[in-house]
Amino acid sequence: MMACVTITDQTSSELTLRVNGAVHRLHLDHRTTLLDALREHLGLTGTKKGCDHGQCGACTVLADGRRVNSCLLLAVAAQGAEITTIEGLAGPGGELHPVQAAFVERDALQCGYCTPGQICSATAMLGEAAAGWPSAASASLTGPVTLDAAEIRERMSGNLCRCGAYVNILAAIADVVS
Amino acid sequence: MRPFSYVVAPDPASAVAMVRERAGAVFLGGGTNLVDLMKLGVAAPGTLVDVTGLLSGRTERTAGGGLLIGAGVRNSDLAADPRVRAEFPVLAQAVLAGASGQLRNMATVGGNLLQRTRCLYFQDVTKPCNKRVPGSGCPARAGEHRDLAILGGSPHCAATHPSDMAVALAALDAVVHVEGAAGPRVIPLGEMYRLPGGEPDRETTLERGDLITAVELPALEHAARSAYRKVRDRASYAFGVASVAAALDVAGGIVREARIALGAVAPLPWRARRAEQVLTGRPASAEWFGRAADAELAAAAPLPGNAFKVTLVRNIVVAVLGELAGARAGGTA
Amino acid sequence: MTARVDGPDKVTGRARYAFEHHPDGVAYAWAVTSVIAKGAIRSVDAAQALALPGVLAVITPDNAPRLPGTGDPELALFQSRAVAYRGQFVAAVVAGTLETARDAASRVVISYEPEAHDVTLTAGHPGLYKPDFVNPRYQTDTAAGDFDGAFAAAAVRVDATYRTPAEHNHPMEPHAAVAAWHDDTLTVYDSTQGPSRTAGQIAVVFGLEPGQVRVIAEHVGGGFGAKGMPRPNVILAAMAARVTGRPVKCAVTRPQMFAVTGHRAPSIQRVRLGAAPDGRLTALCHDVVGQTSTLKEFTEQSAVATRHMYAAPHRRTTHRVVRLDVPTPSWMRAPGECPGMFALESAMDELAEACRIDPVELRIRNEPAVHPETGQPFSSRHLTACLREGAARFGWAGRDPAPGARRDGRWLTGTGVAASTYPARAMASQARVTVSQAGRYEVSIAAADIGTGARTALLAVAAEALGVPAAAIGLRIGDSALPPAMIAGGSMGTASWTWAVIKACRALRDQVRDRDGAVPPGGLTADADTAADVSALPAHARYSFGAQFAEVRVDADTGEVRVPRLLGVFAAGRIISPAQARSQLIGGMTMGLSMALHEESAMDPEFGDYPNHDLAGYHLAAHADVQDIDAVWIDEEEPELGPAGAKGIGEVGIVGTAAAIAGAVYHATGIRVRDLPIRLDKLLTRSEP
Repeated sequence: MMACVTITDQTSSELTLRVNGAVHRLHLDHRTTLLDALREHLGLTGTKKGCDHGQCGACTVLADGRRVNSCLLLAVAAQGAEITTIEGLAGPGGELHPVQAAFVERDALQCGYCTPGQICSATAMLGEAAAGWPSAASASLTGPVTLDAAEIRERMSGNLCRCGAYVNILAAIADVVS
Repeated sequence: MRPFSYVVAPDPASAVAMVRERAGAVFLGGGTNLVDLMKLGVAAPGTLVDVTGLLSGRTERTAGGGLLIGAGVRNSDLAADPRVRAEFPVLAQAVLAGASGQLRNMATVGGNLLQRTRCLYFQDVTKPCNKRVPGSGCPARAGEHRDLAILGGSPHCAATHPSDMAVALAALDAVVHVEGAAGPRVIPLGEMYRLPGGEPDRETTLERGDLITAVELPALEHAARSAYRKVRDRASYAFGVASVAAALDVAGGIVREARIALGAVAPLPWRARRAEQVLTGRPASAEWFGRAADAELAAAAPLPGNAFKVTLVRNIVVAVLGELAGARAGGTA
Repeated sequence: MTARVDGPDKVTGRARYAFEHHPDGVAYAWAVTSVIAKGAIRSVDAAQALALPGVLAVITPDNAPRLPGTGDPELALFQSRAVAYRGQFVAAVVAGTLETARDAASRVVISYEPEAHDVTLTAGHPGLYKPDFVNPRYQTDTAAGDFDGAFAAAAVRVDATYRTPAEHNHPMEPHAAVAAWHDDTLTVYDSTQGPSRTAGQIAVVFGLEPGQVRVIAEHVGGGFGAKGMPRPNVILAAMAARVTGRPVKCAVTRPQMFAVTGHRAPSIQRVRLGAAPDGRLTALCHDVVGQTSTLKEFTEQSAVATRHMYAAPHRRTTHRVVRLDVPTPSWMRAPGECPGMFALESAMDELAEACRIDPVELRIRNEPAVHPETGQPFSSRHLTACLREGAARFGWAGRDPAPGARRDGRWLTGTGVAASTYPARAMASQARVTVSQAGRYEVSIAAADIGTGARTALLAVAAEALGVPAAAIGLRIGDSALPPAMIAGGSMGTASWTWAVIKACRALRDQVRDRDGAVPPGGLTADADTAADVSALPAHARYSFGAQFAEVRVDADTGEVRVPRLLGVFAAGRIISPAQARSQLIGGMTMGLSMALHEESAMDPEFGDYPNHDLAGYHLAAHADVQDIDAVWIDEEEPELGPAGAKGIGEVGIVGTAAAIAGAVYHATGIRVRDLPIRLDKLLTRSEP
């Protein structure tokens, strides 16, 4: 059964993006990634561009609670998802999310450029572990998930840090786990 | 990146028709490979047909006791599925060994199968590449080829298939469900991919507009005793240098059936049938695992910079089979 | 421990980096890069590009504005048709959107007249010559005594050649700039380690007075040397803004960074050590072969650390360089010391084995009392204490030196040690401190915080010098309109800036005291300039030192290397901000681990570029590669380098790590890897049945 859908030659569209609880209507070139939509069109510059090819994780945001690389997600394809960026993690009165607070406490950052991606990734990662998802570091695929150091390192490996703050990032995330 | 039109396809038949009938139209799944290639200029489609909404994101039990995995299932959901983890651990391990948490959340099963090679010359449109531009040449042979094939290559192309998931599926005799112009059909995974030969630009036997809708895993009782081992240059978040997916059915110290597939060493997920033949009916011992690996690798034609992969593959085949055999009482390794 | 003051801004996304400034009407510039390594542009066809809607300009050598200051060939953008390396910026598109700019750049058609290129460094390359000096201004060769005779006569000899590959800095934030003209003044938001220097250099390029250029760098996403000077994208942004009359943003893409933002050139280093049977060195020679581009000479000073590390009466160090058709190298974290100490410390490990002496003891046995080549006293040197402290903490006592002798399941295990060092220097800087009648202080200095924690350290020293809480002080940095300051580089930032800040704070404190604490309505101001103080530094040898210990495991089946433990013990004068200092030292060691195991930009002779030009092909250590790393320091008084007594710790952490890991790999496997990175294929052996 085939429905009739017309493909036009339009290379841009009216889009609706839901970011941090707010609805934005934009007219965007289809080539615009969610990352560039956030940074260049919505003034949400907290999400960073490190490589633009999904190879560093600096652009990590949450889409329906799942961590994704926004540099490989076309804005036009991101419609319908609830996007959460680093700007949306703190509480309504500006209270830092526990992961944000732990990063400050443990000096889990230096230049800060990978930091928003690390924090968004860690937040979602904690949810994945709580849901019982195993990782390549899990001793057993079917047993309960224990977020020890090896697990945290493996699960966070999609976020590069050139300043080498990994040791403190691990400590910060471990603080939140315990 | 060239401008493109974008449409959300409402059902598989429409999607197939759109891609068949419109020049330059391609399917968009998770986008993790396609958008990357579009930014590089390697892919320049004029129309993206978004199929993420119409593909099944569910994994169902089949009548035969196997699993039918919707092509829209995200990699992370596949790896987290309790049935996959318990019944086909090699597949869960393979998926978890690939990419990063973020990419696994985005990538679809269908898209993963069709991802393109990581060969550095394929990825660079300013350089010759027989796969991208047939007849333009292959600079990898004289240039950078450490990551490329030791099996299945040709003088025209030594590219490797980068998917980990596909290696496990190859070992498990996966069958690909496709929707095409003539309606639905199935293709064994091993028959979906093509070796480069003289036409490295033709990577699959799929036709224009064919849409992968599901991947079926036949029931395999001894798949519960399976494993994936991936070797890479970084402890995580790196493509493989070599990998092996294996499942072993051992009784009384004798191999009743072995499933072995190799990754990152060939243009497609390499089912090591010669090794499997050598091993069937033989003792599950390190000596026989080695002989099986040697039999498979006898056909290896490495390049100067990747000859080490022959030793590496041999070692990890022996190691993984040894672990699987040792997991059963009376196994030797 | 004081928390990093910019932590909250960084964890919330409030901190803004260069590209994130968005002036009204801003346009985007995207560079077109050469696809030949040597030759000339024959013609540029911009028709297709110009035809795209939204393209504002295509700038090429045919139409680019003439730049008055072309002294720096890397910044003389589009002034000539000559091509010096593949990836060089040769044209650019300016467009209203990022997507249009990128698309149009790919449609600019350039035809070239290529010439045969030479991109391969060899130890005996006929083009090698002796440069007049090595980076930054050290003597090229040194010699004392009769090395050749002493080496030939030595009871124990090591003669080995070590190789380090080309490496790239790769700060997580790609270089980026936003430029806007207002009549004849230029404002640039730039990702730079040195706003003052960058503003000055941009002014020269555009023929402006220094006061006509303002560079603002409030937050910088890492530099590691690559942002120590302006890069072509800054000039491009400013030029494009001039041409179009609009503000222009220009970021370097990650693949473009491999060619135009500097890198560490490869090295081939021969180290010869001659010693008595007790390990005391009698002869020491370090010969370095390196490369630079045909545009600029930059000779990495890899043998310079050897000049001060160990005593030996007969010695020689040499540097030779060849100009190849490759991108221009420049500073990458600890230039000179980093690759040089990999070679020297690896050779010391080989000597320890040849003499059958513990490698920690060997170094202590060769500790010099004064600088071995200049005779200058060390201002402070505690390498021995670092080695002893590290050995105790690491559990080194009783170590069995036999290689390949320890196995834990499928893992071969081993440990290694190496020394670290880095010069401790300061450069002139200026600072201004003001206090308002209400008692609010403001400290201004054109320093830059590139992740080092400079803000936190400067606030701490200002608070101490003023005798007020840090909360009463506002600190302004990262702007060339502020009092000029040394770049954040060479590990000189903290020492240079704290000197000026403390001097200004003390002067202000005196003013306040002279008025019995009564600040007039207009406030009080004190300025400081440390130029005279820095020139008056005595001619002593000033360095940080450290000892690094590594434990590795090597998979016997695959050759994969894991580093479960790294420990660094450092002596670097006064540590101003302990939490941030520890982060910097661990960060350096992490980069050293990455250097040891992962990083290589492999030059492709056919094309003259690095085919692995992205972060999937060029591996930085990922989280799973980094296990336990700890850095501690011993208390040390540095009496000379300014009132803060700080030596700088930004770079010493990376020095020696790779040698410690390589030594540990040898200890684990019996395989001595002398060319980095230590990849699994170098350790792979066929498994025993």
